[in-house]
Amino acid sequence: MTPELLDRLQQARATRRPVALLTRLPDGAQRLYPDEPISIALGDAAEAALRDDRAGPVTLEGETWFIHPQTPPPRLIVVGAVHVAQALVPMAAAVGLAVTIVDPRRAFATEERFAADATLVTDWPDDALAALKPDSRTAIVTLTHDPKLDDPALDTAIRSDAFYIGALGSRRTHAKRVDRLSEAGHGPEAIARIHAPVGLDIGAVTAPEIALSIIAQVVAARRGKLDGGRLA
Amino acid sequence: MSGTEDILETARAWKAEGERVALATVVETWGSSPRPAGSRLAVTATGRLAGSVSGGCIEGAVADVAKQVMESGTPQLLDFGITDERAWEVGLACGGKLKVFVEPLA
Repeated sequence: MTPELLDRLQQARATRRPVALLTRLPDGAQRLYPDEPISIALGDAAEAALRDDRAGPVTLEGETWFIHPQTPPPRLIVVGAVHVAQALVPMAAAVGLAVTIVDPRRAFATEERFAADATLVTDWPDDALAALKPDSRTAIVTLTHDPKLDDPALDTAIRSDAFYIGALGSRRTHAKRVDRLSEAGHGPEAIARIHAPVGLDIGAVTAPEIALSIIAQVVAARRGKLDGGRLA
Repeated sequence: MSGTEDILETARAWKAEGERVALATVVETWGSSPRPAGSRLAVTATGRLAGSVSGGCIEGAVADVAKQVMESGTPQLLDFGITDERAWEVGLACGGKLKVFVEPLA
């Protein structure tokens, strides 16, 4: 790989643009899909690999190419720079999620509380989420308990392609939240995308335990093992 | 992925420090190979390692080839794990098989 190609791969990663690195075996000639011209058949194979996010070799017209999708890292957007969020950050980083913490209350969203593992945003949640553009590789969790902050975030979240949406709060809190989101015009199917009470039911009590239950549920969603909030 | 998972970024940083760097990538697996296709290992001429292409079984052998690849500038495609009986010899106790592509970052 040339340093110049490596720079282009990292540039795509930084801007969350999916690309596929194509390497001819065994001589190592390389192309970047979709930036460089390639045969239609190879382009189709690259597109399929990106869609499935699955790396592997293909043999076309007597040549073997290794197709390596370089998809953007999955993200976790956490609304509420609260105690549970502090416990979530290192666990999320450990499973490969890039974390952004959103909280307009500046006393909460401080570097001191979150070190370098998370990006801090102090905009209002609806503005922050609009700017962050949640995609199908994004999970969103609201933790504030405060409808002023959680509701605008969830309103934006359920209109996005986020692969996971979770909201902290009891069943009673969530029932009221469902009423408010319904009044705001969201249908039952959209609202049902919200996992609440958030996290797998492992009897979590402490902030780290709650964080663990949330991360486990996010991983299960990402790996296609969630069915109606329970492990499939 | 988190920063520690971004093997290419690590490779780029090592290159910027003036290290010679090779990249190894799992391109195909059969059976119970521990790391899926696309898994990467970055290696420097001074012996620094980032990432993995197995559960630790073949990293040493891959690092040796990586040094040859840095010298020659020619990529190599490696096969590991021929049969279960020979798996110990080539270092894959799990009995899996995999192909690893090793290329210079140059």
